[in-house]
Amino acid sequence: MADKNAILAGLAEIVEEETGLETEEVKLEKSFTEDLDIDSISMMTIVVNAEEKFDVKIPDEEVKNLATVGDAVNYIANAQG
Amino acid sequence: MTAVHSAAPLTQTVPTEATTVIGLGAHRPDVVVDNEQICQWIDSSDEWIRKRTGIVTRHRAPADVSVVDMALGASQEALSDAGIEPAQLGGVIVSTVTHPYQTPSAASDLAHRLGATPAAAYDISAACAGYCYGIGQADALVRSGAAEYVLVVGVEKLSDVIDNHERSISFLLGDGAGAAVVGPSDTAGISPSVLGSNGEQWSAVSMDNSLLRLRDALFDAQTSGDASRLLDPEERLWPTLRQDGQTVFRWAVWEMAKVAKQTLEASGLQPEDLTAFVPHQANMRIIDELAKQLKLPEHVLIGRDIADAGNTSAASIPLALHRLRSENPEISGGYALQIGFGAGLVYGAQVIRIP
Repeated sequence: MADKNAILAGLAEIVEEETGLETEEVKLEKSFTEDLDIDSISMMTIVVNAEEKFDVKIPDEEVKNLATVGDAVNYIANAQG
Repeated sequence: MTAVHSAAPLTQTVPTEATTVIGLGAHRPDVVVDNEQICQWIDSSDEWIRKRTGIVTRHRAPADVSVVDMALGASQEALSDAGIEPAQLGGVIVSTVTHPYQTPSAASDLAHRLGATPAAAYDISAACAGYCYGIGQADALVRSGAAEYVLVVGVEKLSDVIDNHERSISFLLGDGAGAAVVGPSDTAGISPSVLGSNGEQWSAVSMDNSLLRLRDALFDAQTSGDASRLLDPEERLWPTLRQDGQTVFRWAVWEMAKVAKQTLEASGLQPEDLTAFVPHQANMRIIDELAKQLKLPEHVLIGRDIADAGNTSAASIPLALHRLRSENPEISGGYALQIGFGAGLVYGAQVIRIP
């Protein structure tokens, strides 16, 4: 089973690179849009970078279901098996 | 009856070795729409629009200025820049999705008004990739010997097909025309064109309805005497553009980066050989991210006309290149990588020598 802490840490680095937010700000319960002020275009950049980093596919239609950082971590963990 | 099979040899055109773009022209309509005006129609702010799109203003044509009017202005400048007469044109290709007649074409009217009759004249529908499709076709027509000079125009009056109150695409869009003349050359000035499509994503950027829905509503109102549907703004009977921004963004950056690299490879050049990169002006963030993915050397100038012009679909690449050359005349003679992408989804790219 994928290590969710490692996924969170990797995702936080991607978010930091795209938005400049400190990695500590990127917590499981945080909403991408409400709490982290990430818009749809930045979200897509984060998704593509996450696909590359974690070697998973996140289809366009799934992206809108990833409301929180935790949603994204769970999706990536499941996709990695 | 016996079929005649003549053995007489058929004459074919005599090919020309090389082609290049020999002139550029632009038309920017007078009406400037800033973000404050946009915010009368959608709940947004100047700051939000600038941050999300890089757009500060867009030009829009008045009601009495047509697609062909705009194309004419850009074409006359391109012919003058090329130093040729309209009568020397063997072809006039207009890329547009906003000429309001399904037939006849904008191109035949333009050719007539320019004084280019009887040049071959036709429109192409490849949305934001249409100008690069046109350059690819003009290159093929001239190189095959079918025409000596071909005019390519990208022109749009997108203000006719937007709904100012929707948020997916309308506020990005502007009107305008850009034109180029392709002709024979001693040295190669147009690389192989990389053209393609992905109809699986046909609806990612598209009109929200076809004109048949409007026709049927009119017919129903005329036969029933009940015009309430025609008067209901919620019916949105006039078709307007919509897009799925996230899907388009992913495709426009990461898939188009692959196409841009493929085009550069086909041209035989390296990134350091480029003088300019002129992508379709869809959104400043697409331009920035695409440039980042391509890891272009610092000396490569990037077309960023979108800040003032908005997204003008087929017109955006020639407008951006025209502006880049006006502001930096020293780039003339250098190589520009140009790539268009949009509704279809379709894409087209090539490297050209800047006239």
